[in-house]
Amino acid sequence: MMQFGIFSVGDVTMDPTTGRTPTEHERIKAMVAIALKAEEVGLDVFATGEHHNPPFVPSSPTTMLGFIAARTERITLSTATTLITTNDPVKIAEDFAMLQHLADGRVDLMLGRGNTGPVYPWFGQDIRQGIPLAIENYALLHQLWREDVVDWKGRFRTPLQGFTSTPRPLDGVPPFVWHGSIRSPEIAEQAAYYGDGFFANNIFWPKEHFIRLITLYRRRYAHYGHGTPEQAIVGLGGQVFMRKNSQDAVREFRPYFDNAPVYGHGPSLEEFAEETPLTVGSPQQVIDRTLTFRESFGDYQRQLFLMDHAGLPLKTVLEQLDILGEEVVPVLRREFAAGRPAEVPGAPTHASLLTARPSEPAAG
Amino acid sequence: MNLVVVTAGLTQPSSTRLLADRLAEATARRIEEAGGAVEVRVIELRDLAGDIANTFVTGFAGARLRDVIDAATSADGLIAVTPIFTASYSGLFKSFFDVIGNDALVGKPVLIAATGGTARHSLALEHAMRPLFAYLRAIVTPTAVYAASEDWGGDGDATGVLSDRVARAAGELAGLLTRRHPAQNAPEAFEDVIPFEQQLAALRP
Repeated sequence: MMQFGIFSVGDVTMDPTTGRTPTEHERIKAMVAIALKAEEVGLDVFATGEHHNPPFVPSSPTTMLGFIAARTERITLSTATTLITTNDPVKIAEDFAMLQHLADGRVDLMLGRGNTGPVYPWFGQDIRQGIPLAIENYALLHQLWREDVVDWKGRFRTPLQGFTSTPRPLDGVPPFVWHGSIRSPEIAEQAAYYGDGFFANNIFWPKEHFIRLITLYRRRYAHYGHGTPEQAIVGLGGQVFMRKNSQDAVREFRPYFDNAPVYGHGPSLEEFAEETPLTVGSPQQVIDRTLTFRESFGDYQRQLFLMDHAGLPLKTVLEQLDILGEEVVPVLRREFAAGRPAEVPGAPTHASLLTARPSEPAAG
Repeated sequence: MNLVVVTAGLTQPSSTRLLADRLAEATARRIEEAGGAVEVRVIELRDLAGDIANTFVTGFAGARLRDVIDAATSADGLIAVTPIFTASYSGLFKSFFDVIGNDALVGKPVLIAATGGTARHSLALEHAMRPLFAYLRAIVTPTAVYAASEDWGGDGDATGVLSDRVARAAGELAGLLTRRHPAQNAPEAFEDVIPFEQQLAALRP
């Protein structure tokens, strides 16, 4: 099954229409309310970012996701992204395995390098080693989840002798890993090597660039023997704002766009929407635009939308999720399923990975 | 071969564009005299001022600017001309070269030129323009051409009249272009990805 969900950056941004900035406490509680709403309206995934500087609140994703896990039943909890460069891979292994148990397997994670320069020195690392850190740290994380006792020596972390990461992954199945990237072919190659997912956060860049990255990932996924290029596990971003009438959507969203921390004060909303997946309009326009992703990138497994940034008030975000869940995603599910080749897998879940696990020899 | 002219003049018409046209015409003539064929494309950065500024804000170049960047990057040679503002190249000129990428001009023959109100700023070519292109690892012609207002008339000075300097620089650029292999227009296809085993092996202590 293809998955639809939302991902949050967790920015604390002034609402440009009222001049009011939420407190950190309000924003954290709003993120939780948004995650609960996502489950209520039938979405499959909620993912939180990880940041270590203002104006962002989510520095501790597994704490937040653990709290959400306790208050939800079905939704998969994920990250966008978990910093594989500056977090200790041992602590990632422990934290996410613990979360996986608490959430009964409704957990995966997306790894990224992070794009805030000072975070590297704050955590004792060197940004020039970004790619080597991502490679070595993930190799260790991968091993910690698959081998009960690990002897390990690397460049960036103190060696391990006879170390067991606890708790062991639920049912012996490690959380599925997505590798997120905006520009680096090395990360597409890494995802392909392990047969992990590749998430192209395409929301800020033109699609031609991502077609090249995803094509590389698919080609190398097949090269490493995980399946055909079409069977590689691809995730994409999206960014939408909807009202019944598209003019109303544009009018309401424009001040948020114009002042958005990431791209505000630059191109017009119309220019940006032309170049990137941003769609501001009616639910039907969002459906039509999202369906074009398949033409550009092939059948894929996970679609995440960015819904709650740039100072949009919680009430508006919750309304947006209602529209997304009620009017958009059901149609997308149906349309994406139609014509999807049988050999293209759905998004990996704990249940699907458990089924696919090579059977162990009977004890005896 | 393809010759791309990047000009950062702001007025219409501008003396910067005028100088750019003189250089392009002289270079093309020298190439044709040597038996080559040349296609010239002129890029007026003024028309792209908004697109360039937006690139700083969004982190990516829009379609129109991408087309121009591709043209400059895949050109066999470049003529880059700026007005001198506040002792250096104009901000718009620098901004364009900020967004095209550090490796975009490696090994590319470039003729640099500038205009100004007075000849007192001519060394901005040597103290600002040439280091910029050295950083980008382009091959800059030994002669850089500066045109002050007074150069558009009069008898010139010890370095000769403007047209002499234009001819000398154009000859140098044409020489670089006719003696080298044509540019490879290589779009980023990620064909040359480093195999992962190799990346892992490089990290083994």
